[in-house]
Amino acid sequence: MKLQLRFFASLREGLGLAEEGITAPAEVKTIADLRGYLIQRGDPWAEVLASGKVIRCALNQEMVKDTTSLVEGAEVAFFPPVTGG
Amino acid sequence: MQNDFIRIQEADFDLTTEVKALHKDDPRVGAVVTFVGTVRDMNDGSQVKGMTLEHYPGMTEKSLEEITTQARDRWDLYKTLVIHRVGPLSPEDQIVLVAVTSAHRGEAFAACEFIMDYLKTAAPFWKKEETSEGSRWVDARVTDDAAMARWKKN
Repeated sequence: MKLQLRFFASLREGLGLAEEGITAPAEVKTIADLRGYLIQRGDPWAEVLASGKVIRCALNQEMVKDTTSLVEGAEVAFFPPVTGG
Repeated sequence: MQNDFIRIQEADFDLTTEVKALHKDDPRVGAVVTFVGTVRDMNDGSQVKGMTLEHYPGMTEKSLEEITTQARDRWDLYKTLVIHRVGPLSPEDQIVLVAVTSAHRGEAFAACEFIMDYLKTAAPFWKKEETSEGSRWVDARVTDDAAMARWKKN
């Protein structure tokens, strides 16, 4: 599945990456699967996306849960809890 | 006619100008409630020299539109305006403006507070502070989640 990944704020800095196009293997079906798949790449992914950290995720620019299914060609963003206002 | 206005900008804003424009030629309006958020010089015990605001272009606008739509579902509003600044800011600078017009104050007060509480927990903005100990990303506050949760009971 083709996905466009985006990272913001402390995640972007920790990874040294703002955006990346990937083709995820077939077993990556949900947001949680994708996070696990990225963690398996090792550091800095394993450290920045570590399962204990509170990370929000947006699918096609809408906030979603870990259990949400991915869709072909989606833009998937990972970021820390928001701090605007 | 457009009734909901959302602006993400680096430039400062003028409250008087924005309020005038929002209820100009609209004699139905009996209440204008505004909230202005500003940069404090102190956070979590550290002196704040300045901050930089990052956002997620595209999603920011979509999330603010959703917030405004939800406010309209709850209260009778005429117009709404949200201005949020991004980029470098200093203590005392204005960060955010929420303005709401309605026939009566009750609706306008409630909607303005709702929009602000929702924005704090759902709009993709992040603050990075420059403090005397170096720069750091601001942690989200539990009190903001609690402020948002109040509205879910209604």
